Amino acid sequence: MSLEVDIDHTRGSFHVAARFTAAPGLTALFGRSGSGKTTLVDIVGGLVRPDRGRVAVDGQVILDTERGVFVPSHRRRIGYVFQDSRLFPHLSVRRNLLYGRWFNREPGSGAADLGSVVDLLGIGHLLERRPDSLSGGEKQRVAIGRALLAHPQLLLMDEPLAALDEARRAEILPYIERLRDEMGVPILYVSHSVAEVARLATTVVILTDGKVTAVGPVADILPLADSGDGGSVLDATVARHDEAFQLSVLTSAAGELQVPRLSAPVGAPVRAYIRARDVMLSLRPPEEISALNVLAGRIATIESGGAQAEVRLDCNGAALIARLTAKSVQRLALAPGKPVYAVIKSVSFERS
Amino acid sequence: MTPEEWTAVRLSLLVATTATLASLPLGIAMAWLLARRQFWGKSLLDTLVHLPLILPPVVTGYLLLISFGKRGPIGAFLDQAFGIVFSFRWTGAALACAVMGFPLLVRAIRLSIEAVDVRLESAAGTLGANPLWVFATVTLPLCLPGVIAGAILCFAKSMGEFGATITFVSNIPGETQTLPSLIYTLTQVPGGDAGAMRLTLVSIAISMLALLGSELLARRIGVHRMAA
Repeated sequence: MSLEVDIDHTRGSFHVAARFTAAPGLTALFGRSGSGKTTLVDIVGGLVRPDRGRVAVDGQVILDTERGVFVPSHRRRIGYVFQDSRLFPHLSVRRNLLYGRWFNREPGSGAADLGSVVDLLGIGHLLERRPDSLSGGEKQRVAIGRALLAHPQLLLMDEPLAALDEARRAEILPYIERLRDEMGVPILYVSHSVAEVARLATTVVILTDGKVTAVGPVADILPLADSGDGGSVLDATVARHDEAFQLSVLTSAAGELQVPRLSAPVGAPVRAYIRARDVMLSLRPPEEISALNVLAGRIATIESGGAQAEVRLDCNGAALIARLTAKSVQRLALAPGKPVYAVIKSVSFERS
Repeated sequence: MTPEEWTAVRLSLLVATTATLASLPLGIAMAWLLARRQFWGKSLLDTLVHLPLILPPVVTGYLLLISFGKRGPIGAFLDQAFGIVFSFRWTGAALACAVMGFPLLVRAIRLSIEAVDVRLESAAGTLGANPLWVFATVTLPLCLPGVIAGAILCFAKSMGEFGATITFVSNIPGETQTLPSLIYTLTQVPGGDAGAMRLTLVSIAISMLALLGSELLARRIGVHRMAA
């Protein structure tokens, strides 16, 4: 699947001009609130008609203002999971889930059936309930299932976790990961959370004031994300679990990492997100220190801006970013090429 | 009750039921148009729909007479093309009641359609439902209480309609003499007081039954939704 988007749209004084191509997997549209993310997915979903533009899914043009093509949303086969679930209040969970099946134009295409979607999302016990009796997290899972069962060729998710608290988010994230890995439906995912994007995205599109400022694989793009808590992404594998201390040991290109016990099985690929401000640098291997994770690396670049400096390390091919004060940079005489040891608190991991 | 009174009661029920059922589809369509669409001349249409509510009923009846009467342009056309005659028939009484009840019907349904979240409708669209299906499966079920309320209002208005009916189709026993017309006639003749009182009580009973019925219906829809 490929999604090509090239649009111009003005609403009031706000102008969205975006052009990008999304690869298979989960593409995250990342940006602050008000950067035009929702407008962009509304255009892809057919809820908003842009002033000018072209959108194609798998080469099939669903919008082309120059040629007068506008496929209405009900014929696009693009699922949409809204921030506010939008379940039909007069229908049971089961009938909400099966709503799209009435209109499915490709029956028996081997796509998701009720049983497998219910299993995937863990909503079997909710089927006879009514939407207003569900918790926020349950509603969102049902909304995801409802979109999937309409057999979409592309799934849009507009900040599906934004209305939920931390615990509910943790409850849903694994389901979205399974969706990405098991269902094979490409996803366009809107978020302003670095942690969510780091954990879920294959490709990241950064949107700033209605313009696309960067597109690419998550490990390359996320460090560019303009926010107070920049960081780096490490791809790793679960090596073993340490039950006694409730820790999991991960192996990555940069070395071994110890993180709080993960539910992922041994051998599972995970992604660690390390915030730049959680990384300290030492010139010698630190001894007698509480932090569990020490990675050896070499300084690649130093970007200083005022009192702060962002130091980019090359740890055996993997990139790691540390945010230090300008004073520390000078005191340790840090310079590109210099070997250093990065000290990371194990609690600062966002697991994948 | 005398046979004449029974006839008037039966006729009124027939006229009111016909007027309500016949105007319901048009009323729902009109309410949807006014609630959900923007188009040129919308406020003019809105005014036109509400006109019978503010015009003197006699004026509405007279307008119906000159347009739907035997020699009126619309009446003559319907008679020649389809053999449908309104003037001095019970169907004319039903037409007059439908026109008088229409604003109440549209108003109630329009308000309840406006209360339906358009975001639910766009969600249904992304699931593959075309606009007609969205209306049938999302909008209509959610605004059903308003539809019922509007229908009851229209029915009640039809049961009591007097001015437009008597102007348009007169007061012919057995054909256009509805309950209010007969009450009026009875008050004009000596010794008619007892009959007028009986019909008044019948009128009150029918109105209360209609209200009760709508209440039960609304509750049953609620129960049905719970089970859905």
